[in-house]
Amino acid sequence: MPQTTRHTLSNGLTVILKEVHSAPIISWWIGYRVGSRNEPTGKTGISHWVEHMMFKGTERFPAGALDREIDRAGGQWNAFTYMDYTMYFETLPADKIDIAMEAEADRMANAIFDPEETESERTVIISERQGLENQPTFWLQEEVRGAAFRVHGYHHEIIGDEADLRSMTRDDLYAHYRRHYCPANAVAVAVGAFDSADMLAKIESLYGSIESRPAPELFTRAEPSQQGERRVWVERPGKTAFYEICHRIPNAAHEDWVKLKVLDNVLSGSGGASDNKTSRLYQALVKSEIAAGVGAMIVPTIDPYLYSIIVTLREGRSPEEAEEVLLGEIARLQEGGISQEELSKARKQAKAAFAYSTESVTEQAYWLAQSFVLDKEDWFDGYLDRLTRVSADDVLDVAKRYLVPKGRVVGILQPSEPSEPEAERE
Amino acid sequence: MSSYAASIPNEGNINRVEFDNGLVLLIYENRAVESVNITASLHAGSIYEKPERSGLASLAASALLTGTQQRSFDEIHASLENIGAELSLRGHIHKLGLFGKALAEDLGPLLETASEALRYPTFPAEHVERLRGERLTWLQYSSFDTRYRASKAMRQALYPASHPYHYGTHGDEESIAGITEAELSAFHASHVGPDGMILVIVGNVDTEEALRLVRETLGDWRNPEQSEVARADFPEAPNGTERQRVFVLGKTQCDISMGALGPARGAADYLAAQIANSVLGEFGMMGRIGKSVREEQGLAYYAYSHLGGGHGPDPWIVSAGVNPDNVEKAIDSILFQIERLVSEAVSDEDLADNQSYFTGRLPLRLESNEGISSQIHAMESYKLGLNYLAEYKDMIYRISKDDALRAAQRYLDPNNMVIAVAGPAPDSSRNA
Repeated sequence: MPQTTRHTLSNGLTVILKEVHSAPIISWWIGYRVGSRNEPTGKTGISHWVEHMMFKGTERFPAGALDREIDRAGGQWNAFTYMDYTMYFETLPADKIDIAMEAEADRMANAIFDPEETESERTVIISERQGLENQPTFWLQEEVRGAAFRVHGYHHEIIGDEADLRSMTRDDLYAHYRRHYCPANAVAVAVGAFDSADMLAKIESLYGSIESRPAPELFTRAEPSQQGERRVWVERPGKTAFYEICHRIPNAAHEDWVKLKVLDNVLSGSGGASDNKTSRLYQALVKSEIAAGVGAMIVPTIDPYLYSIIVTLREGRSPEEAEEVLLGEIARLQEGGISQEELSKARKQAKAAFAYSTESVTEQAYWLAQSFVLDKEDWFDGYLDRLTRVSADDVLDVAKRYLVPKGRVVGILQPSEPSEPEAERE
Repeated sequence: MSSYAASIPNEGNINRVEFDNGLVLLIYENRAVESVNITASLHAGSIYEKPERSGLASLAASALLTGTQQRSFDEIHASLENIGAELSLRGHIHKLGLFGKALAEDLGPLLETASEALRYPTFPAEHVERLRGERLTWLQYSSFDTRYRASKAMRQALYPASHPYHYGTHGDEESIAGITEAELSAFHASHVGPDGMILVIVGNVDTEEALRLVRETLGDWRNPEQSEVARADFPEAPNGTERQRVFVLGKTQCDISMGALGPARGAADYLAAQIANSVLGEFGMMGRIGKSVREEQGLAYYAYSHLGGGHGPDPWIVSAGVNPDNVEKAIDSILFQIERLVSEAVSDEDLADNQSYFTGRLPLRLESNEGISSQIHAMESYKLGLNYLAEYKDMIYRISKDDALRAAQRYLDPNNMVIAVAGPAPDSSRNA
């Protein structure tokens, strides 16, 4: 595997480089250590809205100019806001990457936040939230997170609460941008067909002169320990019920995280198109015809988060039935652990999933940027080794310590009106 | 030709083999990755099913992996999941699609399982029933999905009930409930066969070894009952604007789906239509539609146009998600942009931008096994020739402003479109 190198500019910008010469392409990422985790009440959704405003232009690159330039170059670019970070990326033919690097350097310091553009984007963001609200499971997710995190910023959705989206001002957004968008709070990642020395020199020339400021103190509030199981019920029109059960798990940098990843592999499988029909939960819930589907989510985060299992119930089956089976499977895991066969399968699946997810330079750069923000860049390079070292005893141990009732949050989405939606022709 | 240009999949580096059972195999070695991808299509899509059995092809495709003469449900899936491989079968309108991937060392087992599923399915009753239940749950959930409902309403109004595109591929609750195991078996016997099958293998594999594995698993396959290939007619275009309104309980936002009959992938003016579409709703931030509806008016998070292509006649679609109060404003803005597209040629700048965009993005599309497989499959399936990608740049730069205008005029007419909207009823309070 090609070598990953790390450098720090004098203004504090961390730079991670990895040469990959299989195709004449470079992926360029800038990640900022700020996300919905760092938003106080009244400003929820501000990180995501600022991300939108970063596409509204600078004096050098007015709104729309980069859309055109990057498409003309045959590239792709986008951005996304997560709980822990905000990422911007461009992937371009190698001989066209300069435009992306210049653009990101420029908007790290010079985004305009035009008041009219801010108001126009307010309705776009509210429309984005309303689109999410059209999915019944969004309401369940929002309630479950709200119940799981009373104090910590993980308690609200990344899109933010509508009340805040309506009340935040242009100055709020600009202050958030000025506070968090600086070299010392950012990481730059390049993966692709370049010479590292040349690339580093180019980065130094474009980013080295950006004003040096100390990394901001990020707004965070520690979640107090949970004192017992929490439950939420959501009713939405529809025909399909969902059951979700979450347990508190440690952050990505914690040694137990990868053990829980193996645990998840045994319970729900490795994800992907195959639907993991040999996993314990599929066998217990879907083969028994209680559920039409079951999935789980374990995501790496800066602070302790949740391991979540979501069951899509078949018509006529109840959340209570799903819960009984699920708790039975958790008890079986805590009593009997996992077999060597299951462990071998988890390792092979992880190796394959890792190979699939790193075939493009864009994906590799994403993983490096995310790894650095969550822990350090070798979180990604060392991932498979750490996972391979997990033993069956490790899995049994984390099953006993983390899948406990005291740290449990349960959410149930019950369809409230079974009537058929009406249609008409005008 | 630069070294990269030489490595673009072309007739010199794609190994194409025609088997005597009608299977066409295409192999492309990609040494930059650790995995292998298989992409295949067979003439067994929903075009072969009766309207009252809508969803039969799709259900049959999924049921191929529920049991074979050689292996049980659990054995099939253990053989895949134990090696981290993925294999899925899906029913599209014209074709049954197969997609699989594995670590390169596991191409053999992947092909073996794929072959068994295609050749020797048993459609075990227990598993078919479960699959039916899962499909019904999905349909019930989708009936409350505004984007799905708008798209379905548009399609049903654009294509007459006699046309296979009217029905989509998933069926409805009534048709899925009525499909028997015997019908699944009969559909398989009549339509799933090697004649006309295309199989593309891309990855870190040796061509001779891949060829040997395909010979062993599929080379002796015969299906004398396999039916003739079916085609879809080009239906009458809408006469006037046809509006569809679907009310869905408990929704906050409306989804808009506007459609017209678009060109087939193999049509002579397909690329010119693609350029016109990109100007309309793709290039930059979703083209002229995105600029007007999202950027300038702030009406929607998404608003774009899309040209399906395919074996045709797929729809030319405009989609948008907007607040109920803004539906008419958004539709008017979109129709204005369509009117503009069909009444005046795009600018020199628009044409140059899009030519550069179409040709420049090729390296990104060819970066992964999946991307390469998809392109090679398209070249074979739509009879574009295996040098299509190598000649693509020249083809794009031969398109003129008038070509794009003529293509837009041929397929789009703002006064003769289907406009479907799904969302809350006008007088319903939010978050009902």
